[in-house]
Amino acid sequence: MHHLVPLLVAVPLLAAALLVAAGRHVPRPAAEGFGCLASATTAALAIVLLLNSSPPLVEWVGGWFPRGGESVGIMLVGDGAGLGMAALASLLTLAALAYSWRYFDEPPRGHAGSFPALMLLFQGGMCGFAIAGDLFDAFVFFELMSVVAYALTGYRIDEAKAVQGALTFGVVNSLGAYAMLMGIALLYARTGELAMTRIGHGLDTAAAGGGPDALSLAGFVLVVTGLLVKAAAVPFQFWLPDAHAVAPTPVCMLLSGVMVELGVYGVWRVHGTVFSGPGGVPAADFTRALVCLGVLTAAVGAVMCWYQRHIKRLLAFSTISHTGLFLVGIGALKAEADDGTALYVLGHAGVKAALFASAGILLDRYGTVDEFHLHGRARGLRGVGFMFALGALALAGLPPFGTGLGKAVSEEAVGGPLTVLYVAVSAITGAAVLRVTARVFYGLGPRPEEREGGERDEDKTSGCDAEPETRRRLTRVPDTMRAVAALLLAGAFAAGAAPGFAGVVAHSVDEAGSWGVFSSVHWTAAGVLLDLLSTALAVGLAALAVVRPRWLAAPDRALPLRRLQSGHVGDYVAWTLLGMALLGALVAVGGQAP
Amino acid sequence: MHVLPYLIAAYVFVIGCYGLATSRNLIHAVGCLAVCQCATYILLLAVGYRDGATAPVFSDIQPGSRPVVDPVVQALTLTDIVVGATVTALLLALVVQISKRHGTVDPDELRELRG
Repeated sequence: MHHLVPLLVAVPLLAAALLVAAGRHVPRPAAEGFGCLASATTAALAIVLLLNSSPPLVEWVGGWFPRGGESVGIMLVGDGAGLGMAALASLLTLAALAYSWRYFDEPPRGHAGSFPALMLLFQGGMCGFAIAGDLFDAFVFFELMSVVAYALTGYRIDEAKAVQGALTFGVVNSLGAYAMLMGIALLYARTGELAMTRIGHGLDTAAAGGGPDALSLAGFVLVVTGLLVKAAAVPFQFWLPDAHAVAPTPVCMLLSGVMVELGVYGVWRVHGTVFSGPGGVPAADFTRALVCLGVLTAAVGAVMCWYQRHIKRLLAFSTISHTGLFLVGIGALKAEADDGTALYVLGHAGVKAALFASAGILLDRYGTVDEFHLHGRARGLRGVGFMFALGALALAGLPPFGTGLGKAVSEEAVGGPLTVLYVAVSAITGAAVLRVTARVFYGLGPRPEEREGGERDEDKTSGCDAEPETRRRLTRVPDTMRAVAALLLAGAFAAGAAPGFAGVVAHSVDEAGSWGVFSSVHWTAAGVLLDLLSTALAVGLAALAVVRPRWLAAPDRALPLRRLQSGHVGDYVAWTLLGMALLGALVAVGGQAP
Repeated sequence: MHVLPYLIAAYVFVIGCYGLATSRNLIHAVGCLAVCQCATYILLLAVGYRDGATAPVFSDIQPGSRPVVDPVVQALTLTDIVVGATVTALLLALVVQISKRHGTVDPDELRELRG
C-alpha cells in the first residue's frame, strides 16, 4: 500500500503536464473533464490510503532506503493527519474545478487546459506538502503550492486589482519561504539531517539534556515564521485579504479552505516531529508563542471582518480570525485540542468554501460583491440566500455542523478564559456574514450609508467595480455552482453530525501526533450549550446591526487598525520582520537560551 | 569555524528586506526579494564548507582519499536557485501587468486594496 503514496503528488503533476501540452488542441469540456477526473482520482486515492493509514505508511521515494541508519533518500509519510489534509485538499480542488465547470471565463482563449492545469499543480503541491516527511522536501512543495497560488490569484491578468493582490501575496509569502529555508539550513548545520524525525533526534542528542541553544531556537523561529506567513497569523496576515478579495472564486475556495490551514498543519507537524523533544522548544515557550499570536490573530481578524463591506474580503478576514483559533488549538499541546482543531479545520473548509462559492454567484449575477450596493438586490436567489444564512450560522458554531463540534471540543480542551475567545470570535464572524445575508438576500433594514463617522474613502475597499468571472453576466445561476455550494455545506454538516466520523478523525490525528494517547471526541452538553450561545449571540448582533446600523458601526475606534491594512507591499514586509522578532521574543523570553 | 559567512548571510538577508520595505519601484522590489534569497545560498554553502576540502566530484579523485565539501547543501542550493528563478519570473510578469493596468510601478501609488 505504501508504494501508492507518491502517486498523490505524481498523478496531479502528470495530469497538469498533459493538460498544458495538449490543452491547445482539445475542446474545453474535454480539458475540464480530464482535470476533474485527475483530481477525483487523487482524492479517491487519498481516501483509500487514509483508510489504510494505521500504522502510518512510510515510503522512500525511488528506492533510496536508509542503510545502517544513514539516508540521503526522500521520505514520504502517509499518516492520518497528512493523508487527511491531502484528501481535504483534493476534495476541495475537485469542488473548485466542478464549480468553474464551463462557466468560469478563462482569459487565454484557445488554451482550454491552462486553468485546470494550474489547479492540478496547486493540488499536487498541497498534497506533497501534507505528506512530506523531510523538511527540505516540505519547503519545495511549499514553494510549489505558493507559486501556483500567486499565478492563480493573478489569473485574470486584465484586472488591475488582481495583479496587485497577486504581487503582494507573492512578495510576502516568498520572503516567508526564504526565512523558512534559512531555518532549515541552520537545523541541517546543527544535526546534519533533513528528515524531520531525525532532525528531532539530532537536536535532542546535541542538547544532551541541556535544553535548546540559540541556534536551535533561531532555526525554530525562522521555520515557523515561514509557516505562519502562510497561515496568515498576525502580524503576517496582511497579504491574505488582498489576495482573497481579488482571486477568482474557485481559487478563493482553495486558498481559504485548505492552503491557509496547511500553514497551521505545518506548524503542528514541525513542532511535533522536530521540536517536541528535550532539545527542541520547551512546551511552555511554544504554548506562550502560539497562544499569544493566536489570540491576537483571532481578535484582529474578527474586528476587521465586522467592518468590511466587500463580501469576499469579509470572508477573508473571517478566515484569519478562525486561523487564530486553530493556532490557539495546536498551541495548547493537548491531544483533545489537536482533535478539536482537526475537526474545526474540516468543518471550516466546507463552510468557508460554500460561502465563497455563494459570493461568487453574487459576483457573476450582479457584477458586484459590495454589501451596500447589493442591498436587497438578491431577493430572487432564494436558494443561495438560504445557503448563505446556513453557512453564517455554521460559522458561528451551530450544532451539529463540523465547525460546532470542532469548536466545542477545542474549547473544552483549551478551557479557561480562552473559551470566551472561541465564543466571541465565532459569534462576531458569524454575525458579520448573517448581516450580509439579511441585507443582500432579504433586503432587511435601512440601506447603509456610504460613509460612517470619520471614515475616509481611501480607508476601505468597496466591492462595486469587481468584474464578473463568467463570459457575460449570468441571468440564471448554473446548477453546478449551486450544487457545489450545497454539497460543501452538506459535507460540513456531516463532519459534525455523522456518527463515528469524529472518532475516526480523532484517532487518525492522535496516532499521527506525538502524545501517545487516544482521546474520545463527542458532543457534550456544555459544548452544545456554548455553541448555541455563540449562535444566539451572532443572530442578536446581526439583527442589531441590520435594524440599528449606527449603534454597531462605530468605525472611528477601529480606524487605526484598519489603516494598518495599507495595501503597500513595503509596509507588509516591515510587519513580517517585526513579527519574526516578536515570535523570537515570545519563544526566548522563557530564559532557556544561554 | 568561520563566522564571517554566517554574518554575511544574515547581512544580505536584512539588506534585502530593507530594500523591499523602502522600495519605490516594484522591479527593484522583486530584485530585493532575489537578494534575500541569495542569503539562503550563502548560508547553505557556508554550512557545507570544510577547510582544505575539494569539490564533491569523484571523477578524478579516489573516494576517501581527501575531504570533500558537503554535496547535500549544494543540491539544496541548486533546487533553491530553480525555485528562485520561478518566483522571480512570475513576479516580474505580474509587475509587467501592473504597469499595464495601473500605469505605474511605484508601490506608493498602488493603494486600491486597503482597510
